[in-house]
Amino acid sequence: MDRTPTPSEDRTSRTRTPQVGARGAPVRPRDPAPEPWEDPNAQPYVRIEGVTKRFGEFTAVDNTELSIYQGELFCLLGASGCGKTTLLRMLAGFERPTSGRILIDGQDVTDQAPYARPVNMMFQSYALFPHMSVEQNVAYGLKQDRVGKDEIRRRVHQLLDLVQLDPWAKRKPHQLSGGQRQRVALARALVKRPKLLLLDEPLAALDKKLREQTQFELMNIQDEVGVTFVVVTHDQEEAMTLSTRMAVMDRGRVQQVGTPTEVYEFPRTRFTADFIGSINMFEGTVQEVHDGRVRVAADRVPCGLEVDSAVRVRDGQRVWFSVRPEKLRVRPDDGGELAATNALRGTVRDVAYMGDTSIFRIDCGPGELVEALQPNVFRSRKREIDWDDPVIVEWSTEAGLVLTE
Amino acid sequence: MTEATAKPGDATALARLRTAARALARRLSVDGRTGVIALPYAWLFVFFFVPFVIVAKISLAQMVLQRPPYTAFLLWPDGQTWPTIQVFWSNYAWLLQDPLYWIAYLNSLKIALVSTVLCLLVGYPIAYGIARTPATVRTLLLLMVILPFWTSFLLRVYAWIGILKQKGLINAALMSLGIIDQPLDMLHNDFSVYVGIVYSYLPFMILPLYATLEKLDVSLLEAAEDLGARPIRAFFTVTVPLSLPGILAGSMLVFIPAVGEFVIPSLLGGPDTLMIGKILWNEFFSNRDWPVASAVTIVLILVLVIPIVILQRQQVKAQEALE
Repeated sequence: MDRTPTPSEDRTSRTRTPQVGARGAPVRPRDPAPEPWEDPNAQPYVRIEGVTKRFGEFTAVDNTELSIYQGELFCLLGASGCGKTTLLRMLAGFERPTSGRILIDGQDVTDQAPYARPVNMMFQSYALFPHMSVEQNVAYGLKQDRVGKDEIRRRVHQLLDLVQLDPWAKRKPHQLSGGQRQRVALARALVKRPKLLLLDEPLAALDKKLREQTQFELMNIQDEVGVTFVVVTHDQEEAMTLSTRMAVMDRGRVQQVGTPTEVYEFPRTRFTADFIGSINMFEGTVQEVHDGRVRVAADRVPCGLEVDSAVRVRDGQRVWFSVRPEKLRVRPDDGGELAATNALRGTVRDVAYMGDTSIFRIDCGPGELVEALQPNVFRSRKREIDWDDPVIVEWSTEAGLVLTE
Repeated sequence: MTEATAKPGDATALARLRTAARALARRLSVDGRTGVIALPYAWLFVFFFVPFVIVAKISLAQMVLQRPPYTAFLLWPDGQTWPTIQVFWSNYAWLLQDPLYWIAYLNSLKIALVSTVLCLLVGYPIAYGIARTPATVRTLLLLMVILPFWTSFLLRVYAWIGILKQKGLINAALMSLGIIDQPLDMLHNDFSVYVGIVYSYLPFMILPLYATLEKLDVSLLEAAEDLGARPIRAFFTVTVPLSLPGILAGSMLVFIPAVGEFVIPSLLGGPDTLMIGKILWNEFFSNRDWPVASAVTIVLILVLVIPIVILQRQQVKAQEALE
């Protein structure tokens, strides 16, 4: 299979090393040790082996293989109905795989009941017990294990301290705000020190500002407790910010597993490329492969496409040349000569001013709308490029990407 | 006359009348909301409060052989402007003196309490089962719960005689199977009263229980299991406490009518089944002692008001908890 290489130098590593240090501490230097998923000798902490789940005729999860390593914050990303939640529920024990095995810390848990697993889950709805106070909610798991009273009190308050909810210990869930409830749910799921913490859309119910803030809190807490997290989300931004690695899922299958950078910059399939962020795609035929440089003749845009790519393609092969909007450069059309490759003339059809950036939709031929994202570098009341302006769109040979699947 | 057929002159008169009515309503600060609330109050006033006052009045009279068979409450001696009130407490004193009434009250409470617990034990699994079935089947099952109401209550209680009697269905079946030699004595004792009450009132237990269990978020049970609770513990620590309003409502709906139950003990009960409903009936129809019968009723109402007040306070508390 064609495989895009991973240039390790531009991959930001974040296992046990958050970019924002815990509690505002300075950013720690990068871990010099190799990441576990790159180390052939590393033992995966969670193994999902050929797991399939069918509900009647419907296949929710299809022959899935995944390895998750200790201390990871692993995201399962996909649109609704892609099987990510079913996979999570199988890890928790609420669903039994139709076939395949699940191993946690070397132990086969496929047929273990949820209450017997060393796994805790934070539910999307939080599922806080409405008849219990915050304290009782958090203590519930420890009570089931018949932990001593003093020990329970100590650990509950330790956890409430971690999520900064100690003053609200006596409140009932309905007396809390959405963000506070989310933190109670997190504390309740962490109090038993699970080997694996599952989070089902942990931030979906929060508003945007709170969500961004909570993302970092979640990372810090994970860093502090050192528990392996598996997060289900449909929000690609959330997955990008949170995860050490993520699995992009579609129709019950894992499309790609990788670090956020890998998945964003080196998507393997058109689905992944399109699902994560936005991307411009031009279908075309390979004209020439020479010295790691691929030349593609596009079907619908009047320019040659050139890209540095290690993807194995042959002459005449149908491919999709893709380039992300932020990698394009837009300048006013000066009427001058156009470069032979990687440059297009067009007319601005739409401008979306976002404050920090502007998004341009540029008409580059019949039905070919190219999206370009430009930082607003200068402060100006008048736009340099406006509706219906003739422009030139250019990009470098390193910007693009050839997709074959 | 309707507005459509009214002459122009009438129309202005009608409009004037309407303005006047509106002004009056405003002066009395009566708005639409007050009107809506007033309706149930009026209903309760006419069909509960007024009869209650009449019964209370009769309970303070004495039996006489005339029509109506009790002494008057207000006396109007000749030449007096104001009436004299005539009150006898003897009926209540009588209730205290004769242990029959006390035993009947206590026995009624006991039978109602045991029946309520039995209804809860039988009804809870049924309600839980219905709440957990797919929505399509649920409607059918609920229909089956209320189906018995389509037959007369009296007929259904009579049917139990045929089932429980010496040569009834159960005894015949057990004898023919050779499980027993002698027919079991199942009719005209406390057992048959319990069977009758539990059978008759079970839907009143199931429906409110179903209503709370159906609303119960399944993810709460999953959360409990996820945190290490076995299903049975999850049931007692999550499901039961959260269905408490349903348990309470169902228990009240069974307990209150069961205390005053008259038909079931008189049809299925034995001679020694003392229930206050039966006593009441005897006082009223056999002895024609309306005042004592009324006193029995008033005491019964007081006995029942206490659990109702408890329920009310519970509901207010639950309401506050939601806000």
